[in-house]
Amino acid sequence: MAYPPAARSSPPRQPSVKVILASADVQRVVDRIAHQILEKTQGAADTVLLGIPTRGAPLARRLASRISTFEDVAVPVGVLDITLYRDDLRRHATRAVGPTQVPSGGIDGKRVILVDDVLFSGRTVRAALDALNDVGRPASVQLAVLVDRGHRELPIRADYVGKNIPTSLAESVKVTLVETDGTDEVKLYGGTTS
Amino acid sequence: MIRHLLSGADLDADTATEILDTAAEMATVAGREIKKLPALRGRTVVNLFYEDSTRTRISFEAAAKRLSADVINFSAKGSSVTKGESLKDTALTLQAMGADAVVVRHPASGAPHRLANWVDGSVVNAGDGTHEHPTQALLDAYTMRARLGRLAGLSVAVVGDVLHSRVARSNVLLLSTLGAKVTLVGPPTLIPVDIAAALAPGTDVSYDLDSVLPNVDVVMMLRVQRERMNDSYFPSAREYARRYGLDGPRMRRLPEHAIVMHPGPMNRGMEITPEVADSPRSTIVEQVTNGVSVRMAVLYLLLGGNNR
Repeated sequence: MAYPPAARSSPPRQPSVKVILASADVQRVVDRIAHQILEKTQGAADTVLLGIPTRGAPLARRLASRISTFEDVAVPVGVLDITLYRDDLRRHATRAVGPTQVPSGGIDGKRVILVDDVLFSGRTVRAALDALNDVGRPASVQLAVLVDRGHRELPIRADYVGKNIPTSLAESVKVTLVETDGTDEVKLYGGTTS
Repeated sequence: MIRHLLSGADLDADTATEILDTAAEMATVAGREIKKLPALRGRTVVNLFYEDSTRTRISFEAAAKRLSADVINFSAKGSSVTKGESLKDTALTLQAMGADAVVVRHPASGAPHRLANWVDGSVVNAGDGTHEHPTQALLDAYTMRARLGRLAGLSVAVVGDVLHSRVARSNVLLLSTLGAKVTLVGPPTLIPVDIAAALAPGTDVSYDLDSVLPNVDVVMMLRVQRERMNDSYFPSAREYARRYGLDGPRMRRLPEHAIVMHPGPMNRGMEITPEVADSPRSTIVEQVTNGVSVRMAVLYLLLGGNNR
């Protein structure tokens, strides 16, 4: 989910578009993150993946399915909606609330890995940490993102990054996934196409 | 997004469905250890109750508190109203205190509509006279959808004192918007002439409960409102109970899947027998639980964003 205000992320009228990751690249990147999670968590024991809607949710499911393919461990997957925890609720018209599904085993004492498509200001993750606090008390929290585009506004960093994309604030990053949009792609809108 | 919720007619199908969907998410909060969301932090909700109420006031209070709003409860008893303060002056007082939303129950039909012209905040009708009670209709619709899986195409009988019932009016408006078919059932003295056509075309009227029961998915019993009855609308309580009360034998004539609803408070033995009220078909306790989720959804959708 691209968090910042619409004005900053909406493409200009005649956008220059650059494909950063094509379909096969997205799959390779997901595979790599799955391997990194297995490596860093010693086999993904006591781990729960929580996707942040919209596109973090299918990403979390994909990571879980790749992890079970590689190592034959079933990692519980859930969805964590952060709408009601956003710090800019008052600045926009009322936002629709998305579903939150916490795996039946809960998150108490588990290692929770938050999954989102783009890491930008860090405010989505801040909201997710607050939401997590109300759901339970994990042993630790990590963050996995498909794309890190920089420009953090809060002291937050990702543990697993699919692709670092240096951007200017005038540009916007758009992730599409088969589950939500029909194709797997990461595109950069605006700025120069150097 | 709408600014006030005054009538079941304020909601189109999309908005009503959005409220029900949001309520379903709010309901998951009730299962958590920390039953609190920060969405309305720093907002003030005033409960302005000119009429006695247990479940509605507590339900709105719980809903606002679960969303972290500040709640001020105002009841006419023990306030300056007993010294003769008018609704308008009370409204201006609340306005001066910075109320973001006013939840109002009033014995006069239309009072919330007047109030909406006097305050800047959102007004939620929590029952006005014999007129409307839209959040009750929303929680009833939510309960039907949760139990039966859908609203479109449902056949709903609303039975009893339709004349004095704000619950009936709001339900007819909302349910017909959402595609359910309502039949109003009761003695002719308690069903206003032409009410069906005036509220929603397609609504039926019947004076014979037994003929309606085998064909409905939902039967909603209304409370016989003795406090609003100044004339004899029926010969005796016993005769009313015999013709329009829901007892065990009548309940068994309902289809297998049909549910029994009641907005409360019940007159056990009058419009509903304890056997029916405490049966697995009865959703009366669920309705109260769902009321909090639905009111959370309404308050969030009215106050959560920058809708001014």
